[in-house]
Amino acid sequence: MNRRLLPRLLLTPAMVTLFLWMIVPLVMTLYFSFIHYNLMQPDQTGFAGLENFEYFVTDPSFGTAVLNTLLLLGSVILITVVFGVAIALLINEPFPGRGIVRVLLISPFFVMPTVNALMWKNMMMNPIYGVLAQVWMFFGAQPVDWLTDLPLFSVIVMVAWQWLPFATLIFMTALQSMNHEQLEASRMDGANYLQQLRYLYVPHLGRSVAVVVMIELIFLLSIFAEIYTTTGGGPGDASTNVTFLIFKQALLNFDAGVASAGALFAVLLANIAAVFLIRMVGKNLDK
Amino acid sequence: MTARRRSSYPLGLLALRTVAAWGVALLLFFPLGWLLLTAFKTELQAIAVPPLLFFTPTFENFHEVQERSDYLLYAKNSVITSVLSTVVGLMLAAPAAYAMAFFKGKYTKDILMWMLSTKMMPAVGAFVPIYVLAQKSHLLDTQLALIIVFALSNLPIMVWMLYSHFKDIPREILEAARMDGATLWQEVRLVLLPLGMGGLASTGLLCLVLSWNEAFWSLNLSAAKAGTLATLIASYSSPEGLFWAKLSAASLMAIAPIVVFGWFSQKQLVQGLTFGAVK
Repeated sequence: MNRRLLPRLLLTPAMVTLFLWMIVPLVMTLYFSFIHYNLMQPDQTGFAGLENFEYFVTDPSFGTAVLNTLLLLGSVILITVVFGVAIALLINEPFPGRGIVRVLLISPFFVMPTVNALMWKNMMMNPIYGVLAQVWMFFGAQPVDWLTDLPLFSVIVMVAWQWLPFATLIFMTALQSMNHEQLEASRMDGANYLQQLRYLYVPHLGRSVAVVVMIELIFLLSIFAEIYTTTGGGPGDASTNVTFLIFKQALLNFDAGVASAGALFAVLLANIAAVFLIRMVGKNLDK
Repeated sequence: MTARRRSSYPLGLLALRTVAAWGVALLLFFPLGWLLLTAFKTELQAIAVPPLLFFTPTFENFHEVQERSDYLLYAKNSVITSVLSTVVGLMLAAPAAYAMAFFKGKYTKDILMWMLSTKMMPAVGAFVPIYVLAQKSHLLDTQLALIIVFALSNLPIMVWMLYSHFKDIPREILEAARMDGATLWQEVRLVLLPLGMGGLASTGLLCLVLSWNEAFWSLNLSAAKAGTLATLIASYSSPEGLFWAKLSAASLMAIAPIVVFGWFSQKQLVQGLTFGAVK
């Protein structure tokens, strides 16, 4: 078999399907975004110009949604990286029951987002019967109505709970590959734990932080299930992110035109993030 | 080696570490543990104040979930869509990853980057067109639609994972096989598959988990016929469905297979998830 033709032949199916998967929706979205297209008002048709974009961007919910998206992204990444490193360092050395601890720690990652959301909403955060309310009352405090008073924070808690195990697992794997002779040598030279942390552990983790940030970014930009099943974006827009705002336009307002304009904005947002992150990780993976 | 390290380790610090690690682990696992307990309570016990820790377990909820909403149908849809989308994804991704890992060309890196960049497009960005296409081709609420969508949305990650695994296979082995006159098929069957099995397994595992838990597309493209367990659980979010014990039982049945599966495959998953970048 021709050694030049073969790789192309093997590569083609994946590239063609992926290309179609990317370009067909993109072109259609682009087209929809410039026409009047409301599923409830089929008589309204024709070229809309930039009306849809204007409508989406001037929607009072828009600014909030962008801010919420960034807040959600930033806080979850920060929480998972900081606590992930801490927990990974904590369980890095052997101790009794380490295997079971690992299994317990990793479990939330496999939990379906819809289950995660409903579990926190009802059993943990319910202001009357929820476990948190009971704990608050035990200490004589007034229980918090989490999803009404702190909706975005509640969503952040749920999402961070889900992704912390992922970060922990990756940092743990990275720590296992630390050079033990180097650590031993630094100890002999009289370095204390904090110095080791500063000069050996943290630099070693740089690359895994890049991987964690990239993968979380991919998945967190489009957080949907947690919001859909708990707050429905509310109260008001308090927990609406860009993904959910577009969903609302498309399925609750039936306005495919405006939803498409919003979708293009989401694509733009994702790509800005991608340019920075893919470069960073790309360099890291180059070796 | 380990014994020596442990002996030089102060006992007090070990005790402290043990307590702290178990504390953190139990705290993070608590919501799941609570879900597990609630699934075996009666509805009254589930909302008892103060919460009940000890009670006589009942299996009533599990029966009722099945009777009320046909759990088995949703479970079957979940199994079919996640397994088949993983198979389809692997069939597309493996040859591509193989080609890029062993026949590195001028554009290989750009292709890889481009593939990953398609994953940066949020699902909702493609939602309206995909919905319209599914509707026009009468694929709404079918397993086929979900299989295609799951496979394609996981494809970039699959290619990346397989690529980084295949890249770690020493080229010399493949070259030696070629020198010995192995055909492509022999090369794949005798060298690539045995050596790349770990990569294929971890990639498949991750896709299975992602497809099983996928909610956006399942909620919006499927309903009563092709709905997955994610759809079933979301239907419990309405206020009238607020029966915690039943919700817990349904949730437990939805997550148990994949959580247990995850426990057994965590090692392979880590390797896969980091694209082999973290060792």
